[in-house]
Amino acid sequence: MTSVPTSAAAPRADLPPATLPRPFGALFLLAVLAVIGLYIRSIYFTPIEAVQGAAQKIYYIHVPAAISAYLAYSLVALGSVMHLWLHDARADRLAESAAEVGLVFNTVVLTSGPLWAKPIWNTWWTWDARLTSTLFLWFIFAAYLVLRGAIDEPAMRARFAAVLAILGVLLIPFIHMSVYLFRTLHPMPIMLQPSAFQPNNPAPPLPPVMRTTFFLGMGAFMLLCVALVVARYRYAALRDAAAEANS
Amino acid sequence: MAAPAESRVHAIEATDLVRRFGRRHAVDRVSFSLGSGDCLALFGPNGAGKTTLLRLLAGLLRPTAGEATINGAALRSDQDARRNVGLLTHQTMLYPALTARENVRFAAGLYGLRDPETAASEALALMRVSDRAEVPVRSLSRGLQQRVSIARAVVHRPRVLLLDEPYTGLDAAGAAALTGMLRELRAAGAALVLVTHNLGEGLAIASHAAVMLAGRFTRFDDATALDAAGYGAEYVQLVMAAEGARG
Amino acid sequence: MADETAPGFGASAWLIARKDLTVEFRTKTAFFSAMVFTVLGIAIFFFAWDSTAVASIDLAPGVLWVVFVFSGLLALQRSFSVEQSDRAMDALLVSPVIREAIYAGKAIANLLFICAIQLIAVPAVALFYNLPLGRPLLVLLGMAWLTAVGLVAIGTLFASMAVNTRLAELLLPMLSLPFFVPLVMSASYASTKLLAGRPAAEWWPWLRILIGFDIVFLVACTLAFPFTLEE
Repeated sequence: MTSVPTSAAAPRADLPPATLPRPFGALFLLAVLAVIGLYIRSIYFTPIEAVQGAAQKIYYIHVPAAISAYLAYSLVALGSVMHLWLHDARADRLAESAAEVGLVFNTVVLTSGPLWAKPIWNTWWTWDARLTSTLFLWFIFAAYLVLRGAIDEPAMRARFAAVLAILGVLLIPFIHMSVYLFRTLHPMPIMLQPSAFQPNNPAPPLPPVMRTTFFLGMGAFMLLCVALVVARYRYAALRDAAAEANS
Repeated sequence: MAAPAESRVHAIEATDLVRRFGRRHAVDRVSFSLGSGDCLALFGPNGAGKTTLLRLLAGLLRPTAGEATINGAALRSDQDARRNVGLLTHQTMLYPALTARENVRFAAGLYGLRDPETAASEALALMRVSDRAEVPVRSLSRGLQQRVSIARAVVHRPRVLLLDEPYTGLDAAGAAALTGMLRELRAAGAALVLVTHNLGEGLAIASHAAVMLAGRFTRFDDATALDAAGYGAEYVQLVMAAEGARG
Repeated sequence: MADETAPGFGASAWLIARKDLTVEFRTKTAFFSAMVFTVLGIAIFFFAWDSTAVASIDLAPGVLWVVFVFSGLLALQRSFSVEQSDRAMDALLVSPVIREAIYAGKAIANLLFICAIQLIAVPAVALFYNLPLGRPLLVLLGMAWLTAVGLVAIGTLFASMAVNTRLAELLLPMLSLPFFVPLVMSASYASTKLLAGRPAAEWWPWLRILIGFDIVFLVACTLAFPFTLEE
């Protein structure tokens, strides 16, 4: 086993400069703590909802995850536009990072939704406008990551990904409109279990205890989203710096 | 503030031209200017950046820094100025399924020539491929395809012609036709940049000669006063010294 | 030079479209394979469904649009690969032709290609699925062409991107299909209602979405196209 030199030797060429921050820092730790706090509070310290039962608690994860995914995807769109406009690699790194994080949260939405829907609506899935749009966001950003993986040249990769992200954002209103039109022309069958959380009925106001948990959930997930984007961005910066040092 | 003493517009001008790919400087601060009727023979080992420089001059690549102009116009912002430029590489840029005549006529149409048919016939005759003009290009030999490609590149009588190893694949007759055509163009006032591995052929028609190593011009000489044999020996020394330094 | 005029947008686009169609006409492989695929697909769908359980008139539109999408993808694949073999794209980029005109030319060629396939596919579907002939069929063809515009707008742009990547044949469908869904959905529901003899008020809203999609994405993709070329 080779020994690691302990003297102050010249920095190895394949390591990035020490000035770049490490990916996971205080922000991430705080976010993780917030999420753990959310889980504890929502499971043990928040009452069970009368009509839906314990399954309703997925709401505290599902909705914040959706908002976080939209936040992340907005960052992708922003980064893409900035990159095409300014040719700045940092904007592309932001887009790349936010896309991965957004896809993760999007997956959480798409998996927690059916788990919640089955006991409540007695169906795993329904093709309403919001679910369909969320699914298509997933398709687009999965394609985004595949596209990035298929291009070796960094400048081309950044440009093409930016174009896809912007067009993808343009697509979502059309998906929404098409499905909405379908729904108004084809009335859906009435759900078998009456529930306050029907697709087309507004939710009743939450009691304060639940509302607090919900806001904690929003805060924790958005914090986690930002922390993950920052971490992923830092990782991308380190990776790019190392690649440049080696080229 | 006094007006500049000389504001002559050069046929080809590069000012501190830089092109980076990642960290690698393919073209590293190249500056030169050519007037009409000049021909620059550009020599250098593989990977020196000659092709990148040519693509920068042709407006196919965006410079990382610096500027390249043709008759005072930057091609990337002045699309119309491209009418004066022709590009010829060792790739034929032809459509294999179309005939020679169709290929050259298409190129003439791209440049907005009023009579593409006549221009195509003239260009094909100039390169002595008129008898094979109605044959699909894919059934022509490599040498004949290169001749058709040359016809395609000059059909619009460019004022500036950029050539990247144009003698590739040409037999003696084809090479003679090309050299004759280049001399004619020069006599009519066109400026040429000729990238070639063949020192003899290059110096025979050049007014200037340059050696490119690792993205820079190491030498830039007036070719009319050069002794070909001596230059050849110095060139070999330069290249070997550079490769030795790279280790 | 005295004998030159700056090539206009329309003239350049048409020149490029004609060139693409000439190349296609010479080789014929893509057209025939798309044609065969279309007819085979239509036939296979027919056998895959139990025609006693589902009326063929309800099945036909869905089949039509799905098969169009996949045969359209076959057409779109070769749209930019024709420029790859000898770097012919460089010649286009060096010329004074406006970048957007390259997109328009290729889109026009793709559109004509797909419309030609539809001219054969729509009657084929009418034949296999016993659809009413006459005016509804003509309106169906019109819907097909409207859908084709959207398919081509998206597909031409993504073909330009995909051809530069390692997974070109996989990437083009992967990128395009999410965008094709609103097109297929709208066309499918509109044509189902049309063939069922419903009044125009019921299928017109779907056509509006189609037209809106076509306009928005024709503009967006034309603007995006220069970013897919070499820098």
